[in-house]
Amino acid sequence: MPEPARSLGQSVAFDRLSKTYPGGTTAVGSVTLEIAAGSFVALVGASGSGKSTLLKMINRLIDPSDGMVTIGDTPVGDTPPYALRRRIGYVFQNIGLFPHMTVGENVAIGLRLRGESDTGDRVAELLDLVELPADFAGRMPEQLSGGQRQRVGVARALATRPGLMLMDEPFGALDPVTRDSLGNAIRAIHDRLGLTTIMVTHDMAEALLLADRVLVMSAGQIVADATPQELVAGKGGEEADALVAIPREQAHRLAALEGK
Amino acid sequence: MSAAWSRVPDLLAQHLLLSFSALLVGLLVSLGLIIWSARSATVARIALGFASLVQTIPSLALLALFYPILLWMRSIVGDGLPALGFLPSLLALSLYAILPILRNGVTGLANLDPAVREAADGVGMTPRQRLLMVEAPLVAPVLMAGIRTSAVWVIGAATLSTTVGQPSLGDLIFTGLQTQNWTLVLAGCIASALFALGVDALLGLAEHGIRVRRRWMAFGSLGVLLAGVLIALVPMLPTGQKTVVIGAKGFSEQFILARMIGHRLEAQGYHVEYREGLGSAVVFGALTSNDIDVYVDYSGTVWTNYMHREDVPPRPEIVEGVRQWAASQHGVTMLGALGFENTYAFAMRGDDAARRGITRISDLRAVAPEMALGTDLEFLERPEWAAVERAYRLKFRDARPYNPTFMYRAIASGKADVITAFSSDGRIAAQHLKVLEDDRGAIPGYDAILLIAPKHADDAAFATALKPLIGAIPVDAMRQANYMVDREADKKSPEFAARWLEDRLGLTP
Repeated sequence: MPEPARSLGQSVAFDRLSKTYPGGTTAVGSVTLEIAAGSFVALVGASGSGKSTLLKMINRLIDPSDGMVTIGDTPVGDTPPYALRRRIGYVFQNIGLFPHMTVGENVAIGLRLRGESDTGDRVAELLDLVELPADFAGRMPEQLSGGQRQRVGVARALATRPGLMLMDEPFGALDPVTRDSLGNAIRAIHDRLGLTTIMVTHDMAEALLLADRVLVMSAGQIVADATPQELVAGKGGEEADALVAIPREQAHRLAALEGK
Repeated sequence: MSAAWSRVPDLLAQHLLLSFSALLVGLLVSLGLIIWSARSATVARIALGFASLVQTIPSLALLALFYPILLWMRSIVGDGLPALGFLPSLLALSLYAILPILRNGVTGLANLDPAVREAADGVGMTPRQRLLMVEAPLVAPVLMAGIRTSAVWVIGAATLSTTVGQPSLGDLIFTGLQTQNWTLVLAGCIASALFALGVDALLGLAEHGIRVRRRWMAFGSLGVLLAGVLIALVPMLPTGQKTVVIGAKGFSEQFILARMIGHRLEAQGYHVEYREGLGSAVVFGALTSNDIDVYVDYSGTVWTNYMHREDVPPRPEIVEGVRQWAASQHGVTMLGALGFENTYAFAMRGDDAARRGITRISDLRAVAPEMALGTDLEFLERPEWAAVERAYRLKFRDARPYNPTFMYRAIASGKADVITAFSSDGRIAAQHLKVLEDDRGAIPGYDAILLIAPKHADDAAFATALKPLIGAIPVDAMRQANYMVDREADKKSPEFAARWLEDRLGLTP
């Protein structure tokens, strides 16, 4: 597959980043950290831990109350939101395919926004990348299964060759088999294109199996920042251990079943 | 029967242009409000509240309200603004068109899947791109359903525009009701109902086309509607003929006289249009503003209602007073009196009057508290009634306005004991009614007079064409002509009665 020479994603940095809502609720409280270019980072936490808010401040779907986000060397506030988002891939749980457009039109929307009209080849290439047949381009979203739709969502996010992929619970609405195969497909694409990927999930097992680095969030703070190996080894601290304990326990019980 | 249908094409064309224009204006306003409402919940609440409020105003009242509003605006922006006819109808119907479109648009946007919006933002659409590429296409089918509802409402309500001087299929319904010509009423009803159904079906096809993404279906049906507009516009093309508009109030005598004026002007090469069913209060204003070119009024009406005079001099003095006042105050030419009077005549059933020994209005004073008065729709609001009350101190048990035709029925059936009949009406003799003498001279003379709009003040040819009507119509001939149209059996059209009258009086142009 002919991909551009620029195969490395961009780095992302948070500097004392906070988000407080008018009611006084603090979703994210002064987070400072750096994410290296090319890394696959999972952001894990319970509902309401602030992980989605943190992610959406990167592509300005949410504007911070304080602090700043930098992509590469550029603060995100320097670019108009729509221009910024065209350079960032975004995949989320509810997928949001445009129901009045074909799969092909959905995938090509970012290209169309840039003024490109001859998008047929690129659409076929992207469908191939997410392991869908080329003739899906002519179908309507309603004719697809949930997993197929999210593959289209991923293809749409990749169409403009972004260096950075943001994923908000991308497999949240999918069945376990589909989750697994799509997770592997995304990891493969990440490696192949050399992206920087930040994925929000509440599933620690998924985070451990897919990511290079896992950030655990609780009450708006990063409470653990470690590699999957470190977390499994119990070096992530108390809250991370509690989250890791569940899949570990499940794995042990499954192994015990096999052993009988 | 065919006479009724022969008027349909012209009126349908007018009806179509009016209702489509109103729909288009209503649509544009609604789209603006929908987009604005999408950004602010407060705007959505206010806009929907206002549109619902408008909907609670009866459509007839809405049309009527625009007349004084436009008259008032005219005092600011000048006389170029027409207060009657197309403009007030367009404004009222446009307001009427807003609610269904606005409501569907606002709820359609509110019910859009939030994920689709998030995706639109996520791929980097500007708010404008999101509106045009995502929100508009997704709301379009719902919006189209609102447009259909709106179209049916507007086409129905447009029949009422007749009352503010805009020709529509309502002309057939109102004239038919006034002259009890049910064929005419049916023709108007059926034509407007079929028109509404046809437009609804075409818009429905367009809606279906949008839903299933068949462009040819959507554009095809919209194309048919556009073709309808173009066909309706053909008669509007300048024909090189001078067009005159003849006004008439809402009763048979007015319809007949309007036709006689029309025949003379047609013979002079004018293209003639009629605005029938105009209220007394509206028609004179329409003449002074040149919205109509000519009509017949009655000297006493002008004297009491427009000049606000309370004295009652002899008939010739009133006519002369009206002539001078109309010319000096409004530049209106009073060409002359037609030769007969149509005054308000207090009338009773002949046998009833004889039994009670009543011959004069003053005789009524003692018995009025046990009698019911029936009047035409305007009389109780007019200064003439105040003058009668002042002069005779009458207190009736009940005073109720009727449509003129029903007023004569009310006295025949005993629902009314005294009516304010019209002295030139054939039904006075036919129903053996006794006309009571106005012994205290409270009611002024009502000579039929021909009034010409200011724009024809120096138009000698126009005046010459109408001059033969002056002093040419005796009251008994007018009564017979009126009775032809008003009677129950062997009813004639105003057109027929006008031809008959011209023939009889040697006035055939």
